[in-house]
Amino acid sequence: MLSILQTALELGLIGSLTVLALFLSYTMLGVCDLSTDGCFTLGAAVGAVVAISGHPWLSLPAAMCAGVLSGFVTALLQTKLGIDSLLAGIIVNTGLYSINIAVMGGASLLNMNKTDTVFSMLKKLLAGTTVSNLYKLFVGLIAAALVVCFLSVFLRTRLGLAIHATGDNPDMVRSSSINPAFTTIVGLCISGSLTALSGCLLAQSQKSVNIDIGSGMVTIALASLLIGRAFAPMGGIPVRAIGAVVGAVVFRLVYAVALRLNMPAFMLKLVSSVIVVIAIAGPYLKARYPELHRRLTHARQKGGEGHA
Amino acid sequence: MLELDHISKTFNPGTVNEKRALHELTLRVKNGDFISIIGANGAGKSTLFNAIAGSFFTDSGRITLGGTDITLQPEHVRAKVIGRLFQDPMRGTAPGMTIEENLALAAGRGGWLGRITKADRALFRDKLAPLGMGLEDRMQHPVGLLSGGQRQALSLMMATINTPKLLLLDEHTAALDPATAEKVLNLTKQIVKDDKLTCLMITHNMQSALELGNRTLMMDQGRIIFDVEGEARAKLTVPDLLVLFREAAGRNLDNDRMMLS
Repeated sequence: MLSILQTALELGLIGSLTVLALFLSYTMLGVCDLSTDGCFTLGAAVGAVVAISGHPWLSLPAAMCAGVLSGFVTALLQTKLGIDSLLAGIIVNTGLYSINIAVMGGASLLNMNKTDTVFSMLKKLLAGTTVSNLYKLFVGLIAAALVVCFLSVFLRTRLGLAIHATGDNPDMVRSSSINPAFTTIVGLCISGSLTALSGCLLAQSQKSVNIDIGSGMVTIALASLLIGRAFAPMGGIPVRAIGAVVGAVVFRLVYAVALRLNMPAFMLKLVSSVIVVIAIAGPYLKARYPELHRRLTHARQKGGEGHA
Repeated sequence: MLELDHISKTFNPGTVNEKRALHELTLRVKNGDFISIIGANGAGKSTLFNAIAGSFFTDSGRITLGGTDITLQPEHVRAKVIGRLFQDPMRGTAPGMTIEENLALAAGRGGWLGRITKADRALFRDKLAPLGMGLEDRMQHPVGLLSGGQRQALSLMMATINTPKLLLLDEHTAALDPATAEKVLNLTKQIVKDDKLTCLMITHNMQSALELGNRTLMMDQGRIIFDVEGEARAKLTVPDLLVLFREAAGRNLDNDRMMLS
């Protein structure tokens, strides 16, 4: 049981980077970036290829650069070429499928069993100590902490504020002499790099990349983000960013428990879809409740008069 | 100062919805002018502001501001020297961000990676205190919690925090209740006077159009049909304006929103 929880924690922390990427693109910038799945796989593929070629540390910045590139293309399509932001994400996502296979040298599966990765390096470093089997947890924890710190600082800078404002009121950004196209590009590049880093770490922790490693990731991350929002609905950026990480971990924990209760593993994506629907539709229906209530009571009153 | 040289704009050209919004419009605004603009709905008042602010490029003509040709400058570049307020108090501020963050973006101090400093906060307090709305003590509150009048006052601060060369006011008090509208208007007058701003103001209140500022323009069908200042303007009354409109436009000024008193 403990090992299941530990695995859930590891997966949650590694996946939380994607959730933080969505925190930037979805919550702050107001763009639902549907290229997330492909970008996640791109990071995994690039990271794996670089690690396999013998550069485990280089694999992280390499994956992030690939993510920046992916985010840049998505942003360019929607800001400069007049393509709707959802469609831009879908187009890039589709294109990335081919690119990811090309990166993996035409294969749809890469194995890293005998490859030095960030994880195996740390495992060697910790060998013999009492925490030797926690190496995956440490990598995830360090990565999540660094990204939370980065976002907390970055979103307080003028550029960060401008990105936040772009999602809030682009007119106001323009009248502050800032081009919203620029802030959208920067925001998506950063979120792309985080998504790719997340993919890179997940692949290395599993010691393999599959072309489908990122499929459904945007919905899973969105579900985590919305769970996190329930934990930290208000407050400053650090609180909300930590909330996003907590959301990612809680999602994985609940999922692990559900698996334990004999839910088949293939249900993961359905569960994440349902969570997203509930999290978004819930507040909407709650806001509409007075109207529904009015309809119901109105009908009842009318019926009452008829019978009188 | 601001020169509009034969600017024209036609929307949906070549379709049944073709609309000539600005028609060979020429206007010279002098430094320190405070101009009120009146006209019926669809006369082209807001379109004129959109053209000046760069929301779209004009089809023809030339716009220069302070000697610089801004005809083809993008909106966000012009925004450095042009401040603008809309009728809708929601347009000027970002509701999910704090008062302080809104002001910081408008002020644009420091580089891209600069953060809000103590000096910035002191400046914001100094700017907000004279509003008498207590906003200086609510700097960490999201703007979305403010009332329309408070948001419009904040928008005014944001538009003028870096003294603009030109201030465009598009019926910026029309959506506020009368008491708040008067407060925001007095505030506007004060800032325009203190900073010696050059200002264009669209209003549907003909009385205040004559009282405020030093010059009044009347627009109709994308043209300026009447332009008055100085002594001639001082003698004008609202009924005179209606007569002038009939003479210039060849029809009665019929506009439900136009307030005659």
